[in-house]
Formats: sequence, C-alpha cells, structure tokens
Amino acid sequence: MIDKRVPTLAEAVAGVKDGSTVLIGGFGNSGVPVELVHALLELGAGDLTIVTNNAGSGETDIAALIRERRVSRIVCSYPRSAGSVWFEKFWRAGEIELELVPQGTLSERMRAAGAGLGGFFTPAGADSPLADGKEVRVIDGRRHVFEKPLPADVALIKADRADRWGNIVYHSAARNFGPVMATAAALTVVQVREFVELGALDPEAIVTPGIFVDRVVEVSA
Amino acid sequence: MKLAPIEMARRVALDIPDGSYVNLGIGLPTLVADVVPADREIVYHSENGILGMGPAPEPGTGDPALINAGKQPVTLLPGGAYMNHTDAFVMMRGGHIDITVLGAFQVSERGDLANWATDEATMPPAVGGAMDLAVGARRVLVMTSHTTKDGRPKLLPACTYPLTAAGVVDRIYTDLAVLDVTDSGFLVRELVPGVSADELQDRTAAELTFAPDLVALTPV
Repeated sequence: MIDKRVPTLAEAVAGVKDGSTVLIGGFGNSGVPVELVHALLELGAGDLTIVTNNAGSGETDIAALIRERRVSRIVCSYPRSAGSVWFEKFWRAGEIELELVPQGTLSERMRAAGAGLGGFFTPAGADSPLADGKEVRVIDGRRHVFEKPLPADVALIKADRADRWGNIVYHSAARNFGPVMATAAALTVVQVREFVELGALDPEAIVTPGIFVDRVVEVSA
Repeated sequence: MKLAPIEMARRVALDIPDGSYVNLGIGLPTLVADVVPADREIVYHSENGILGMGPAPEPGTGDPALINAGKQPVTLLPGGAYMNHTDAFVMMRGGHIDITVLGAFQVSERGDLANWATDEATMPPAVGGAMDLAVGARRVLVMTSHTTKDGRPKLLPACTYPLTAAGVVDRIYTDLAVLDVTDSGFLVRELVPGVSADELQDRTAAELTFAPDLVALTPV
C-alpha cells in the first residue's frame, strides 16, 4: 500500500543532510512552506544551498535559516525584497554566496532537471553579464545562452490538499514554483492544509501527480 | 511642462488595444491598469502564475496568497486562471504576451534596455523576470522619466549599465515625449507643449530625429 502521509513535520524533513541543495517554494510570502522550513531549521542541517525566488524577509522561514547560518549559497532571482535584511547582511560580509538567475531560467532549469534534459538555450540574459562564462549560441539570428539543469536533494513545497498517494492541489497564486520543484528533487516534501481520501481529488484538476511526491504532512492553518 | 505619472500612464494606455494580453512591470507601469479605458477588455498576466489579474481587493478582504509581481494583493477576474511558474514564463519568454510595459534605468538608441542593475555595489543584484519579459513579449514599451532625478539622460547612444536585453524596446513614453526606436535611432513622435526640440535634445544623450508629423503630447 502506498501511503506518503507522515504524522509530523520532523518526520517530513528527516534525513536532510548537511550540504544538501534544497528547493523552497514560494514567491514573496505567497506559497512559502513556512512550517517545513522551520522543521528544517530545527533538524539542524547546515551548509545548505537554497534555491528559491526571494531571499526571505523578516525573521521567519528562509530569513531564519540564513540568520542561523545554515545557508552557504543561495540561488535565486530577486534577493532584494523589502525586509531581506539577513541575506543582505551576510551577502555584504561575503558570508553567503549568491547565484543570480533570471526568474524564468530558474524555473526552467528545475524543469530541465525534472524532465531529464541536459539543459537548454534561452535568449533571457544572453546579452547580460549573467551570461558571462557560459556558452552563447546564435539560433535563428538571435543570441541564446546555455543553461544547465538545476537538480536538488530536497524540495519543500506548500499546497492545499493531498491524498495518501501524494496527489496535490494548490491554492490560488501560492501554486507558483511548487509543481516544477516537485519534479526536480530526489526527495519532495509537501505540506498541505488538509488530507483527503484517495479518490476525493478531481483527476482533471490534480496539479502535481503523486509520482513527483515522496512525503506529505498536514499543517492546519 | 512635463507629464505627471498618471498622465504618462494614460498615454501608454491609449496604445493598448482591446483584447491584449499584457504584463505590467513593477513600479510606474502598474499605473497603466488603473487608466485603461473601460470599454477595452485587457487580460493582465503576472509572472508568479496569474492570468486575468484584477485590481487590489477591498481593504480587509482578499486572499493573502493572491499577490502580483510587486508582492501587492490583487484579485482574479472571472475567466482568470492560475498556472505553475514555468508556464507563466512560457507565456512571457515564448512570445504569448502581446505587450509589456517596463521601467528603465537606461535605453539605447538601438533599443537596448537596462533596467535591473546600476553600477552601485552596496546592494545585492536582483533581476526577477525582467530579462524573460524583455526578450519574450511581442511588443516592449518603456515608461520612464526622461532623465534621472539629478537630471542625467536616460536615453543614450549606448547603455552604460548592464543590459537586461539588447535591441528589444519598441517605444518609449517619458514625461516629455513619445519616441520610437527605429533602425536610425530615436524618432520623436510626440512632444509636450512648451518644450522645444532643442530642449528635448539637450536632455537626451543620443541624437534625436523628429517625425515630420510630430504631434503635441497633451495630457489626457
């Protein structure tokens, strides 16, 4: 029998090791798996590479991971959000490495990893310093830069509902990076508002099929 | 005289046809959504996975997860859809967005756009979706003050800041003029009353050409 439900947040993140690459869903404060990130903080894993759109703000979730010096490297598109003080402090001090990636390239690199592709050529950033050191090729008269896949050890995602097979539906714009991150990690962990019976989710509306999901944990609002 | 931001937005809105799929950049361009004529049906796209985005909710209502690219609360209109992030960027990079309106630090006479990084090194760099949008939207409109706050030109022979994308800008709406990027550089189409051609040239580092049918850019 397949049952991907785990009873606690601690079990949801169990086994995440020092030096892991961790995908963390969310855009701004929408769709951030706050409770899973706090469980990761409690677990104590360090020297992490975090892949996420923003670099956290305030004192919780991603910002807390940075503040507690668990993050050695961050891959993101927009680390300069209001209140991203911990990232800025450590970045200025040279204590955290930043890999800046155009936002569409960020998700497409994860898609390539999840889809088993060796990378792709994109025009985004091909004329910018972000292409420095990368292969640039003119395709149909236009410059494209080669971008490699971005696989990860772990993905932490927030969604709305899950069944025991790990089929997932999301809530409004909190969906954002969840579906692509779920495909790109060796271990995909999803926190949901509610577990439902197998068969209760409309198969026409399941956004992330359970094959991409390893653990689901219920976090009531 | 020069145009106020809302007057610039009204001028941009005139060039957004009924039925367009539009992505508005953060900052000044977001004003455009407030002034598009009510008889036009425009579908707004947001990079975080929204198509059919509506205005801000009434205070105290709304869905905290439903935010735009600037992280402000928004609504979803009837007919709107959510999509995963990768598909949101398929729409942008893949040429499915008809029009984007973007802010700019600098624009070159070849249509190069610099709108993500300056030469200051005290803040971490941030790019967001600007590069995907600039290379992918069918028509790239820039909405910006004609000069910087301290009076330096933003329209240049070549950008000095790192590029967002090369050769992508179609038209620029400033507080003084409307200019097209052409094969022979900036072509001024409209100019605010009270500013002479020489004065506009003085505030522009690139050489300007003035359209034979130059129109007065009067506030609407």
